[in-house]
Amino acid sequence: MNLLSIFNNTKSFEMGGVHPAENKLTADEPIQVLPPPDAAVIHVAQHIGAPATITVTEGQKVRVGDVIANHTGYVSSNIHSSVSGTVENIENLLDTSGFKKTAISIRVEGDEWLPEIDRTPDLISEIKLSSEEIIERIHASGVVGLGGAAFPSHVKLNVPKDKVIDHLLLNGVECEPYLTADHRLMLEKPEELIIGIRVLMKALNVDKAIIGIENNKRDAIQLLTELTEDEEGIGVQALEVKYPQGGEKQLIKAVLGREVPSGGLPADVGVLVQNVGTTLAVYEAVQKNKPLVDRITTLTGVDVTKPGNYLVRIGTPIRDLINASGGVPEHTGKIVSGGPMMGKALPDLLVPIAKATSGILLIPESESRRAEEYNCVRCGKCVEVCPMGLEPYLLMTLSQGHNHDKSEKENVLDCIECGSCAFTCPSNRPLLDWIRLSKNNIRKAKTAKA
Amino acid sequence: MSRMLVVSPSPHVHDKLTVPQVMEGVIIAMIPALAFAVLNFGLGAVYVTLLSVIFCVGIEYAMNRYLFNRKTTVLYDRSAIITGILLAFNVPSNLPWHIILIGAIVAIGLSKMSFGGLGNNPFNPALVARVFLLTSFPVEMTSWPVPTPTLALDGNTGATPLGILKEGARVGDTVPQMMAEMPGWMDFFWGFQGGSLGEMSAFAMLLGLAYMMLRRIISWHIPISMLLTIVVLTGAFWLYDPTQYAHPLFHILTGGVMLGAVFMATDYVTSPFTYRGMIIFGVGIGVITVFIRLFGSYPEGVSFAILVMNAFVPMINKYTKPRRYGSKTHYVKPKVVVEEKVVAS
Repeated sequence: MNLLSIFNNTKSFEMGGVHPAENKLTADEPIQVLPPPDAAVIHVAQHIGAPATITVTEGQKVRVGDVIANHTGYVSSNIHSSVSGTVENIENLLDTSGFKKTAISIRVEGDEWLPEIDRTPDLISEIKLSSEEIIERIHASGVVGLGGAAFPSHVKLNVPKDKVIDHLLLNGVECEPYLTADHRLMLEKPEELIIGIRVLMKALNVDKAIIGIENNKRDAIQLLTELTEDEEGIGVQALEVKYPQGGEKQLIKAVLGREVPSGGLPADVGVLVQNVGTTLAVYEAVQKNKPLVDRITTLTGVDVTKPGNYLVRIGTPIRDLINASGGVPEHTGKIVSGGPMMGKALPDLLVPIAKATSGILLIPESESRRAEEYNCVRCGKCVEVCPMGLEPYLLMTLSQGHNHDKSEKENVLDCIECGSCAFTCPSNRPLLDWIRLSKNNIRKAKTAKA
Repeated sequence: MSRMLVVSPSPHVHDKLTVPQVMEGVIIAMIPALAFAVLNFGLGAVYVTLLSVIFCVGIEYAMNRYLFNRKTTVLYDRSAIITGILLAFNVPSNLPWHIILIGAIVAIGLSKMSFGGLGNNPFNPALVARVFLLTSFPVEMTSWPVPTPTLALDGNTGATPLGILKEGARVGDTVPQMMAEMPGWMDFFWGFQGGSLGEMSAFAMLLGLAYMMLRRIISWHIPISMLLTIVVLTGAFWLYDPTQYAHPLFHILTGGVMLGAVFMATDYVTSPFTYRGMIIFGVGIGVITVFIRLFGSYPEGVSFAILVMNAFVPMINKYTKPRRYGSKTHYVKPKVVVEEKVVAS
């Protein structure tokens, strides 16, 4: 096979996009296992949907893998203990959002796992479960989208009867600068990933799967291309390096040329997208009976002494992770959960790693604050870079004037909040802030009506 | 933690290009044209440009400081420097200082600051000033010094190639006759011709265009669509009757076409947002320019054409919205077979 042709035969989405400095400092750092923390803080709302209902009481002993909070309704997710020890208290603690939310604190004693969890490194490639059983197992294991959105995977996999899925897309794009967790996962767990893809294909009853990977991860493209050569129906698509290629809608456009209609789902155009991290979690849940209790996370930043990729238990305070990589550098001004384009700034070092924490980024003081804002010079760059074909300048003006009805007509709800407009604006205008305000206002008005 | 962390919404990184840097980039792109102006018109060009920049920057700062009570630095976003240089580029190099001052007041005070400053002006400030001066001081504004590569302050004045063309057509000369009186093609290209201070050298403009495109400050859409339109239209007339209509290359290389295409029409504030809009805008300028030049009473029409199209920008923006993602799915939905129970009748 001619590898050069794979790298050269790249695809990309058509509209907009930007090229932030990649800064993939940890691309060559192997995944290290971070030992369990002294105390884990596990929030009951780590996913989109209803917070889980707590099933443990203070003083109760738990093992790794025990359900400590049960899903509430269908669009919700089980929460498992990621450590073994004693439930110390249940109180409101800071999470990634910056608000205090219900969390279970567990004092760690030893590292005792549930006996039915297969912790051996053996590959199990035979898929015994049926389609329904797979989705049921994913549901029970608390698997959610690990790319950042944390949407419960069993809901996504339960495709409405009137939709036909013909393609499964695997999101290995990792278009956010700095982050390398998915990259390392594809390099170090490729066999598990491919079995995970098979599991998902069986669950969905599709015969075509494509792994989309940006061309700045050529080693991963090469490895997966080689490994999937004999896998019927699974292919690798190299993609041009362009942000936000990892957005679900952009990835579908890039790989298949289809566009998800406004307000619709990928299933409307016959596609289902899963992040590669989620796919590995699916493999572990279905084949190894292991619930989602840990994940791969990148700890990075230009001033960090030893930036790296870590396999870390959910609920570990980010302080532990930062200490493992050399401590908080001097003149750190901002700590971001996720990548620099879409991540959330954290108020505190005690915020725990959640299911959706794909990385922790430490930004120096000098780059933490926004630069001086100028008038809009009507350069049109925000329109040029918007991957959804929106007019951010107009949406900001409408939002400032409280014209949220008008901005809804201008498709503000289609905004994926990728931040390309605010990134590129030469006047440093807070375009996305105002667009978010508009979206929230429209949603609030809608729920009030309903 | 003893120190407070900064918490702000994403994105947490920003592109390097900001407004002052964009403006500085445009200023750098104007250096070749400025150099040619000095080469052609000597110290007069330096004098007019310096005065114009000082007046424009001074008026903007004074208005920001004392009229709007804004706390700004003198150079602030650098945009007044550009307006100053562009105003100088649009006037003859022997213009008296008080006319330059009036031009600066019109450019900055009337057509920019009165709308709220940078970004809010509907018309290109330097062009408003040029047209204002052209109608208020028609004699001073059209006494073009003949380019002499010396450092003399005073020089002879003469007509521009376009002026010769218009005047010649009035008295009944044919175009080939008139062309014989004018400098050759290469002189046009390099810029050894009469005209406003900064508009003569197509070569210098192309250097500036290349620089701004390389830095991704502007895109090709406006300049190229405008120039192509002029070439196609004047070419059609030239093919129809070469004795009455000049060669398309003549129209491109003379007057303010190159200056307008590269620096005036591409002004962010007064041009459309989308590429489709930019092309409509450029074509519109081209059409109006050609019709003023060929059939109007003014020899030159670029300034008017750009100002007219400036007025159309809000409308162009309204009708050239980008295509929204998802408005076409490129997907044919397969038919879902729904099993129907056959009810025996």
